[in-house]
Parts: sequence; structure tokens; C-alpha cells
Amino acid sequence: MARLSTQSLRIDVPGRADGSAIDISIEPGQVWGVIGPNGAGKTTLLHTLAGLKNARGGQICLQGRSLQSLGRRTIARRLAVVFQDHQDSFPATVLETALIGRHPHLSPWDLDTAEDVELALSALAALELKGMENRLVSTLSGGERQRLAIATALAQAPEIWLADEPTNHLDLHHQVAVMRLLREQAQAGCGVFVCLHDINLAARWCDQLLLLEPDGQCCWGPALDMLVPSALERLYGQALHVTELNGRPVFVPAD
Amino acid sequence: MYRGDLQRMLPPLIVLLGMGLLSLALAVSIGSVPIPPGEFWAVVTGGGSELHRTLIIELRLPRAAAAFATGGLLGVAGALMQVLLRNPLADPYVLGLSGGAAVGALTAMLFGLGVTAVSGSAFAGAMVSVVLVFGLAHGTGSWTPTRLLLTGVVVAAGWGAVITFMLALSPSEQIPGMLYWLMGDMAYARSPWPAVTVLVVACVLMLPFGRSLNVLARGPLQAAALGVSVRPMTWTVYAVASLLTAVAVTTAGAIGFVGLVVPHMLRLVLGNDQRLILPASALGGGILLVLSDTLARTLLAPEQLPVGVITAMLGVPTFLYLLYRSR
Repeated sequence: MARLSTQSLRIDVPGRADGSAIDISIEPGQVWGVIGPNGAGKTTLLHTLAGLKNARGGQICLQGRSLQSLGRRTIARRLAVVFQDHQDSFPATVLETALIGRHPHLSPWDLDTAEDVELALSALAALELKGMENRLVSTLSGGERQRLAIATALAQAPEIWLADEPTNHLDLHHQVAVMRLLREQAQAGCGVFVCLHDINLAARWCDQLLLLEPDGQCCWGPALDMLVPSALERLYGQALHVTELNGRPVFVPAD
Repeated sequence: MYRGDLQRMLPPLIVLLGMGLLSLALAVSIGSVPIPPGEFWAVVTGGGSELHRTLIIELRLPRAAAAFATGGLLGVAGALMQVLLRNPLADPYVLGLSGGAAVGALTAMLFGLGVTAVSGSAFAGAMVSVVLVFGLAHGTGSWTPTRLLLTGVVVAAGWGAVITFMLALSPSEQIPGMLYWLMGDMAYARSPWPAVTVLVVACVLMLPFGRSLNVLARGPLQAAALGVSVRPMTWTVYAVASLLTAVAVTTAGAIGFVGLVVPHMLRLVLGNDQRLILPASALGGGILLVLSDTLARTLLAPEQLPVGVITAMLGVPTFLYLLYRSR
């Protein structure tokens, strides 16, 4: 059964006419990428899929059940969101932050068990944050915070990943490491849905792509079918040079 | 290395509890008739002289218990408001609650009503202010912490003007009593039971919310993504914090500073886990207010100072020191 699916979904971007109705189905094992220029509504789409924002119309189903009929806790046990920006108004340590990912799995009276701590620690290790457990989040670099956000989602042990620019602030090595992690999550049976700025990352790691235009029109399909240079040039309003590496297209913006 | 939750939280709470009991013992032993530790222990174990029994159990203990509970209420309410508004400057009065209560209390005093009527009127004023601020902050649009905060500050300024106006109109013999109320004074506390009961019930009720509050401190979107029903939770906690503050203000007037500074002091020392900070704020607020009240009634005895003056005099240097020393 599809991990997450939509029927005639129309996202709500204020001041914009209705765009295309979106009918997608994120299956276990798939990595979906959303690409489009700034302001096209990638984040809005992601938040709508997470049930954090109301849609203008249509339906979202989480494993066959309407998202609206499910409580926040039930949703959070299956679906993790990695946000684009992270707030930390009060000081917290790295381990405390990763442990927050266990929240939906614990009842109000439960204390964190050794198993929860174990999961959080291994999530931190997977994101190469081992040894930083007791550091304050405010002392981390932007890239380290981004990896911490992904580690928190990993500790959440979701079946669906919704990640908004997961490679933001990351150096080249960690960009690859994070995309590989998401790929592995998909191979383990998760559905993965990411917003990306970098079309080369999208081309390299996604098997399904959704192209979102500033007016809300969109199209989707298998990645290699969607990576048509002329379509991408129109999408971004930018001329592109295209070359090929290991059977995958690589795009470089033209002057 | 990480330690288990309970192992981490129990020691500071036990230390605070011990300090709380010690502060209460000190409060009932010190006064116009000092009671030496031996006599105090005799009374605790059921013996002691008649005079000492009366002094401790009937006169000093109710006042000390009321001070402890009031401080605890303000500490918890302050900690809750700071998390909800995600603003370190938030305190229990941030929604204009003390102003409303003060107008209520001063009105009752102007009409020469008794202590019970003053308390009742203060509680009513506090509730009017809460409803007013929430109604106005919602307005016709959406509702955000910033909007709520601004509405609260402006409504408080309005109450401030009304208070000054009332003070200007009041006969001069009533002014000292009014000023004492405005600065907070435990002499208004009659029975400690309402405050104690509300504090205990609130602490037990808030305990299971601790982890959700930790998540909520990271912002409403992140909290919703982690399974917190943000809206009902926020409203419940606002309502609880307002009720706690109203009970505190009704018991002892508008004692400033405890609700702002106690949670921050504890955060600087204990970290920011609300499961620990909420009970610790209850104990810490109680300790600060009991010690302050003991000083307030003994420092210039037989004159009594308003306790709000002492809380600030004790709290300001302690807080500044902790802040200066912190990372």
C-alpha cells in the first residue's frame, strides 16, 4: 500500500490561483524529489502533506487512511518532517534534541527508556555527530544543526520522510551522506519525499520527480523522464548546459 | 554520559525540597519571640510549650505556608508563560493580569470593604483582564505569541493608568494599604489552603505535560510534527498559568519578580527540561518567597516591609550573578 498518497490535492499559496491538482502516490522504496524556483510552493506542499497546513481541496491519505481523521500523535509515529529552519529559543543539548524525536512514541507518563536513548545515540552516530551529545545546540554550526535535525527525524523511526532542503548548509561530503541515508531509508521500506534546490542532487538520488512552477502548475513522473533540459530551462528561467556522467544527466547553469 | 531521567531529576528536587522545609522551619522560628531549634523540634514532634505551639501552628505556619504556595504558583506560572510565548522576558503578569487584579483590589479598598472582598474583587479583576487580552489578541485575524504579548503589555499599561488615577483619587489614609497591596504583601494572606491546594493540583496535572512542553518550546510547527496537538495544548496551559497567577495575586497582591526570575535561575543551573523545571520552579519560588517574607517581617520589626521589595533585593543580585557566570 502507498505510504502517502494524494487525490486532487490543491495546495493553498495565498494570493495565487489554484494550481494543478496533484495526484501522487509515494510507495515504499521510492525517493520523490520536488524541484522548482523560489516561491513555487515546495515548502507549502511539504507542510500540506504533513498535515501542518490546510489544503484548498483534495485528500491526503496516510497508508490508506485520511490524514484529517488521524490525531497528531498517530501521524507523528509514522511520518517525520525535517524543516528548513530550526528554532531554538531555549538552550538544549544535542542529545536532548535528538531524544525529542522519540516524543510521539512515548505516552505522557513515560520516561525516556534506555532503548530511546540508544536510538537517539545511534541516530546521532549515523549523522556523524558522535561525541557532541552534551554540546549546546547554540554552539553548533549551521551544517551540524541541519544534521541534528535529520538525526532527530531518524530517531523518530518514521515510515515516511518529508524533508525540506535536507542538504541546506551541508558540505559536499555530508550532502552525499544525507542523500545516501534517505536512499537507504527508502530501501528499508520508507517513502521519502524531499524538496531540493540542487537539480543535480535530484537527478542523482531521486527516482520520482515533481516539477512545481511559480503559478502552481506542476507535473510529475519518473526522474529520468522529467529531467528534460528544455523543461528545466523553462522552469527556472535559466539556460542550462547538460552533460552526462555514469548515465545520469548533469546540469550546469549557462552564463 | 547520559543518565536515566529519574536519576537526573531526583537529586535537584530532593535538595530543593530540603531547602524548602528548612526555609519553612526558619520562617516559623524567627520573629518577635524567637524559638530555638530544640523548642521547634519539640513542637514538631507534638510537645513544646503552649505559647510556642500557638505561635508556630496558628500564627506563623499559615503565613509561611501561604508565602510558600504563592511563590510556587508564581514560579510555575512564570515557567509556563516563558515556554508558551517562547520569550525569556515573559512573566506571570505578561498578560496584564496583575493590573486587572490591582484595579479590582483597589476598588474594593476604596469602598472600604474587608479583606475577603478585596481578594474576591482582585480575582475577578484578574479574570476580566485575561478574557480581555485573549479576546483582543485574537481579534479578527490569526493569533500569534507576539500579538498576545503586545496586547498584554498595552492592556497592562491601561490598567497602570487606571491604578494611578485611583491612587490620585483615594483619601490619603488609604494610600499606604493600597501601595502595600500593589507591591505584594503576605499580611493579606488569610488562609494558605486555597493557594496550597491549587499549587499541588496544578503540579500533578502539569507533570505529564512536561515532555510536550519541551517539544512546544521548539516552536508550534516542530511540535505539531512531533505529535503535539498544539492548539488545545496551548490554550490549556495558558488557562492554567492564568489561574495560578490569579490565585497568587489574590492571596498576596502583585508580588513581582518571582515568576520572572526563579525559572530562569533554575534553567541556568538545571538545564531546560520542563519536567524538571516546573516542579523545581514551584519549590524555588516557594523558598524565595518564604525567605523574603521572613526578612520582610523581621528586618525592621515591628515595622513590616512589603515582601515584593525583599524578593527583588534578594533575587536581583542572585540572578545577575548566575547570568554573569553562565556560558
